Amino acid sequence: MKNTRNQIKSFFIRILNIPFAFFMHAIDLIMWPIQKIIGVRNMPYIFLLPNLIFFGLFVIIPLGANIFFSLSSGDELLFAERELPTTKQYDELLTCDNYLNPNTCTEDFFWRGVYNTIFFVFFQVGLMIFFSVLTAVILNKNIIGRGFFRSVFFFPVLLSPVVVGLIWQWILLKNGAFNAVIESYGGNKVSFLTDPSWAMASVIFVSIWAHMGFYTLIVLAGLQAIPPNLYEAAEMDGTSRERIFFRITLPLLMPNLLVVFILASIKGVQTFDEIYVLTGGGPGTSTSLIVQYIFTTGFASSGSVQNFGLAAAASMILGVVLLILTLMQLYFSRNKESKHQEI
Amino acid sequence: MIKYFFKAFSIALISISLTLISAVSFAATDVRIMWYGDGDKENVPMQAQIDAFNAANPDINVILDIVPYDAIMNTLPIQLAAGEGPDIARVTDLGGLNKYYADITAHVADPSYYEKSFGPFLNWYRKSGDTTSIHGFHSTMTVTGPYVNKTLFEQAGVDLLGPGATWEEWAAVANEVAGKVGAPIPMAWDRSGHRVSGPAISMGAKYFDSNGDPKLVDDGLKSMTQMLYDWHQDGTMSKDLWGSVSGTKYHAPNDWWNAAEVVFMMSGSWQIGRFANEVGDDFDWWAVPAPCGPAACTGMPGGNALLAFTANDAVGKVMDYLSSKEKLSEFIGQVLAIPGHLDLQVDYQTDDPNAKHALNTFAGAVPTIDQVAFDLQAHVDNRIMFNAIISRLGQAIVGEMTMEEAWTRMDEDVEKQLKEKYGG
Repeated sequence: MKNTRNQIKSFFIRILNIPFAFFMHAIDLIMWPIQKIIGVRNMPYIFLLPNLIFFGLFVIIPLGANIFFSLSSGDELLFAERELPTTKQYDELLTCDNYLNPNTCTEDFFWRGVYNTIFFVFFQVGLMIFFSVLTAVILNKNIIGRGFFRSVFFFPVLLSPVVVGLIWQWILLKNGAFNAVIESYGGNKVSFLTDPSWAMASVIFVSIWAHMGFYTLIVLAGLQAIPPNLYEAAEMDGTSRERIFFRITLPLLMPNLLVVFILASIKGVQTFDEIYVLTGGGPGTSTSLIVQYIFTTGFASSGSVQNFGLAAAASMILGVVLLILTLMQLYFSRNKESKHQEI
Repeated sequence: MIKYFFKAFSIALISISLTLISAVSFAATDVRIMWYGDGDKENVPMQAQIDAFNAANPDINVILDIVPYDAIMNTLPIQLAAGEGPDIARVTDLGGLNKYYADITAHVADPSYYEKSFGPFLNWYRKSGDTTSIHGFHSTMTVTGPYVNKTLFEQAGVDLLGPGATWEEWAAVANEVAGKVGAPIPMAWDRSGHRVSGPAISMGAKYFDSNGDPKLVDDGLKSMTQMLYDWHQDGTMSKDLWGSVSGTKYHAPNDWWNAAEVVFMMSGSWQIGRFANEVGDDFDWWAVPAPCGPAACTGMPGGNALLAFTANDAVGKVMDYLSSKEKLSEFIGQVLAIPGHLDLQVDYQTDDPNAKHALNTFAGAVPTIDQVAFDLQAHVDNRIMFNAIISRLGQAIVGEMTMEEAWTRMDEDVEKQLKEKYGG
């Protein structure tokens, strides 16, 4: 009986293998002559070629176009109709009487975007790391419904930024849900999104809520990688909980926290969509970050001149910042890997 | 055998070619219209007209792409700059896109009909020096002006002001009514430089120097923008409205208005259909004559036009159909707008006395529009000025700069943008 079943199984496998065999032969028909011409050692480049073509089409060529736009002027989109070469855009972006006061800069919207981005990244990343660690430590304990809470904290990461923006707009608007609760307890309504002193705090809070789950997961993985015998030894020595946290947990989490720090910083600098939906960058320019400046200048001028060159130059500057952060991440992750190998 | 094979092959080839040729020759010509509408109130009547056209013209297939207003303002210019875009679009930045308009004079049945019916508006679409091209037609004309919540006035026992009342007087009564009935927002404006411009012209703003070149900031503009700044500081206007967006982004206070939280709303005639639909019987609303300043009592003219980006017979035929008296009158009557056609009898399909009153008020306001307002609306770079006003005023209101700094920046913004556009 078993033998018959195996025979049927192997028959079906053979049948199913036929199209694959045809497919592999067809590939072989193409690859064999190529391999003959370029040699086995160069074959990996052929396999990389499709990816490289896509990378070139969607990354290298747009990057080249961006450099071209940043070094040419005019309101035309077609290359042939733009004036070349000029550093006017960079001059315009970087000219300030006093770099600490955006009002003295030629392109004050850009500098407001820069300062807002620095402020946003500083507090968003700092607070997010703090809350991610706190949450991960709690979720690492044997609490009731641990799996459920892990899902709950990760859930916002799955939401589209536009959905996040809209949900929190409904909650935080002056006539929104949160103000209704405040009013029902006799309080006064607060303009969370339209008062300059509240708006940035609100967008930082929403951003932390939306992204914290992802970083909590990384920290949680780090916590679970800490050998339990270290904790057992510390407990046997009568070490206090605080001391265990600061002397064992935190130092051993440091490589993960560095990764979290760099990733969150890169993501923070690129933030745009959820804030654009939530506050539109307002009131005034108080929540307008650098990516919004680029978008507005190049693509959403509402009838003003669409300054592709200025937007391209600003994105080149942003690109340099992101490159530095990425190199930092690479350096730290390699450092972490080599330390692991040493261990 | 081979002979038969070749014979059969030749017959098959010829049949396939004939089928392909006939399919190509009988394929309908596509005409794409990029259309933004004020909800179903405008979209449904337009789609109905397009369906009727398609049924009567099997050789033309008109596709109505309904898009949000933002797409017309921000996506369309990019598409056009890249050499793409629709064949026809409903546009409000009438002069700003004029380098992309196609001249359809040779493709419309009677060019003189367009001159006769839409004469003054055709120049708004033309390039400087061009006096003959036909690019499309005004689908609706608009006039900016204020509305009041009449029910709140009645509840407060305050009389509406008549023609000739100033902006200061309207602000005072709006505050009085709001104080008496507990309305949270005495006055609300659309966040738009276009909306600010009519009142600014009333205060004496000229917008152009003696050579006709843009010169934005003068005493008239300063007076009006200072007044708007002050109203935001003293609570006449709520910071929540203009504060909810940034830069040049348009924002209308309709939600607050519909909830009867606003006493006086500065917007324009295009809201009539919307209010009739959304406010319904909740409260009485009236359009009132444009408040006065020392120089005039004017709103801004405007409107939207269906303009062609492709010139061919199919586009010409679609334009002829949509601009015909019959179709335009039908459309205007349904959407409750002011016609851009100079000789059109419209049977407005509404029983709403508020809407009827508003239509009369705005139609009556057309002759009182100041010449500066017409010149500004017709100017190709008016959006640059409108945007400079609203973005800088918005910053001053939230305390990012003083009004003095804002005025300086407004002029700098205009100068910088014109340089980028025209070189120099």
